[in-house]
Amino acid sequence: MPPRASSRAEVLAMSDLALGSATARFVTAAPARRFDYNEDIVRKFLIASMFWGVVAFFVGCYIAAELAWPQLNIAPWFNFGRLRPVHTSAAIFAFGGSALFGTSIYVVQRTCRAPLWGGKALANFIFWGYQFFIVMAALSYVLGFSKSREYAEPPWHLDLFLVIIWVAYLVAYVGTLLKREEPHIYVANWFYLAFIVTVAMLWIVNNLGIPVSLYSSRSYSLFAGAQDAMVQWWYGHNAVGFFLTAGFLGMMYYFIPKAADRPVYSYRLSVVHFWALIFIYIWAGPHHLEYTSLPDWTQTLGMVFSIMLWMPSWGGMINGLMTLSGAWEKLRTDPGLRFSVTAVGFYGMSTFEGPLMSIRSVNALAHYTDWVIGHVHSGTLGWVAFITFGAFYYLVPVLWKRTGLYSTRLAAWHYWISTLGIVLYITAMWVAGITEGLMWRAYDAMGFLQYSFIQTVVAVHPLYVIRLLGGIFFLIGMLIMCVNLIMTVKSPSTARGNVPGAALAAGA
Amino acid sequence: MRLPISQSFIERNAIVLLIATLITVAIGGLVEVVPLFTIQTTVVKVPGIRPYSPLELLGRQIYLREGCYLCHSQQVRNLRDEVARYGHPSIAAESMYDHPFQWGSKRIGPDLARVGGKYSNAWMYQHLIAPRSVVPESIMPDFAFLAQHKLHTEELIAAMKTNIDLGVPYTQADLQNAMADLQAQAFPNADHTGLLSRYPKAEIVNAKGGEITQLDAVVAYLQILGRMVNFANPAVERALQAQGGK
Repeated sequence: MPPRASSRAEVLAMSDLALGSATARFVTAAPARRFDYNEDIVRKFLIASMFWGVVAFFVGCYIAAELAWPQLNIAPWFNFGRLRPVHTSAAIFAFGGSALFGTSIYVVQRTCRAPLWGGKALANFIFWGYQFFIVMAALSYVLGFSKSREYAEPPWHLDLFLVIIWVAYLVAYVGTLLKREEPHIYVANWFYLAFIVTVAMLWIVNNLGIPVSLYSSRSYSLFAGAQDAMVQWWYGHNAVGFFLTAGFLGMMYYFIPKAADRPVYSYRLSVVHFWALIFIYIWAGPHHLEYTSLPDWTQTLGMVFSIMLWMPSWGGMINGLMTLSGAWEKLRTDPGLRFSVTAVGFYGMSTFEGPLMSIRSVNALAHYTDWVIGHVHSGTLGWVAFITFGAFYYLVPVLWKRTGLYSTRLAAWHYWISTLGIVLYITAMWVAGITEGLMWRAYDAMGFLQYSFIQTVVAVHPLYVIRLLGGIFFLIGMLIMCVNLIMTVKSPSTARGNVPGAALAAGA
Repeated sequence: MRLPISQSFIERNAIVLLIATLITVAIGGLVEVVPLFTIQTTVVKVPGIRPYSPLELLGRQIYLREGCYLCHSQQVRNLRDEVARYGHPSIAAESMYDHPFQWGSKRIGPDLARVGGKYSNAWMYQHLIAPRSVVPESIMPDFAFLAQHKLHTEELIAAMKTNIDLGVPYTQADLQNAMADLQAQAFPNADHTGLLSRYPKAEIVNAKGGEITQLDAVVAYLQILGRMVNFANPAVERALQAQGGK
């Protein structure tokens, strides 16, 4: 789609911003000139994200199978302990990260009406540098160089390398914001910017350490014990909060209004959502450390802020869902929007479940069990992956200049098989987690512990198999999407010019 | 209420937005993290805590490398059933020399904070080599390959020195005797007096064939977990209560 055609819808998405700031200046300011947006880099990140999504979901299925059938562990490279970071990094950093880089670069250019700062060279450096980081990180885990900090496992050389890439990304992003032709910075960009800045802060502080030597992959964390635990979960929880939440909220604030062809429900709610969310999220880390040897005051702060976090989270959910007011019928016809809206639903569910699990008495039962794994996956599969799928179904026809999707039927299949997969996954993990929690604390009539640990392992085996099945469904859905999007790009049926006047049908 | 800086101003200035965001997200971390380094009772010093012996330290590296923390926590929570199952609740001092900490987040297998001394060395070796030969329902991977790989000791001294930089109290004597202590802990027939004076309660493992393997180091590490502090010693409880920490 030519950039100019999109700018009117852009303004529509921003029009309540205009009301909020009591100026309608840019509604009338839609210029009649073309912009030289860098869409090549967005296409590259989209392809990378889809590739890594398949890798992440496949490795996830494999390690789920290892937990059900330990014979599948192939020592040493493909043991569970070495593959699990490959799964988490591939899902968070490779699949999610590439999607965030790609969509943020797309959104910042469109909503600022400015091409990406730094030109093609900087954009390509960011892309290839980030992909190099991902490949090297995965190799380092498999070959035994893990630093063993959860979600921050890469050895110190790679940690430093990522900082360089990240700074380049921040510079390109802020450079584009500074060059913008719009007076106001659109709400999606606030969230993307918070994601970039905060992840930089978290990554640097959490990975502080002293290497054994310049040539050694080994380093020792600057912090130890209780302080190290606090720093790690300040990082770990906010990797969820800013990588997996704030970044993808940026996606929500752009692609849902675009696909629904409606302005964001409430500008005022966006403002409250943004500041409250980023302020409160940072405090919630210690809920990973309740009843431990971390001081009680820190645990209590973590729990209280986790519960408070429920409100801004649901404020954001309401803002996303209500944007569809008057456009709900689009859910029947637009498969991408269906993903986006379901994602917001899962976001609401996960952000209710999280505060619930942070309550001390609930945490006593849930912590260390598979309930946590289920909670994480309702967030990552239901929210992160679904909002990404929604954006991809919207973006691919736009970026490759096609008239629409190759098949909405395939997209519907993807939707239902993935949803079924998530439901299987999270219900299996709820049951497994509560089973573990209750069996660990069960006493017999004599006042002794009723079950040995291994009995709980045996008890959850069938649920591990069901979880694997859910994961396979989700992987199949992903593959269906890949086929559909590849055909969208390749098939003559979606080529421009086949259907007269269909240039905008792609989802604008 | 009128704020000193308006949203309309912030969202029209990218740098202001950037700085305001950074300040907003920095507050929570500062309040929660910084006092942990300044409040004395965060880590109450108790008798018995010592740095890891050379063999334990290298064994710990293998524990990190293999991602053991992804299935095993090292933190007994202060809950009745956990105390019954695993022992005294973990105290902060027990991980004060752990760079990084290994408290974990998931128990696919049992907690290991107090696994030291619960099983014999022979059981530990057998269980790591072939878990299902001693626990038929176990879903742990085999770690037989650790018995076939020589323990790399080239970085030992540099690793201990790095730990000193981070505040772990290894002495000059510890550094000078590091290789000797490593050897002593690996062989039952060696002279253990120096080792045990520097590292009380260190478990002597059984390196077969004259060469120390990675498996020997892991067993030495696992066997010290949770054993440094003697909770039957009233001085320990007194220290915890007097300082009001844990």
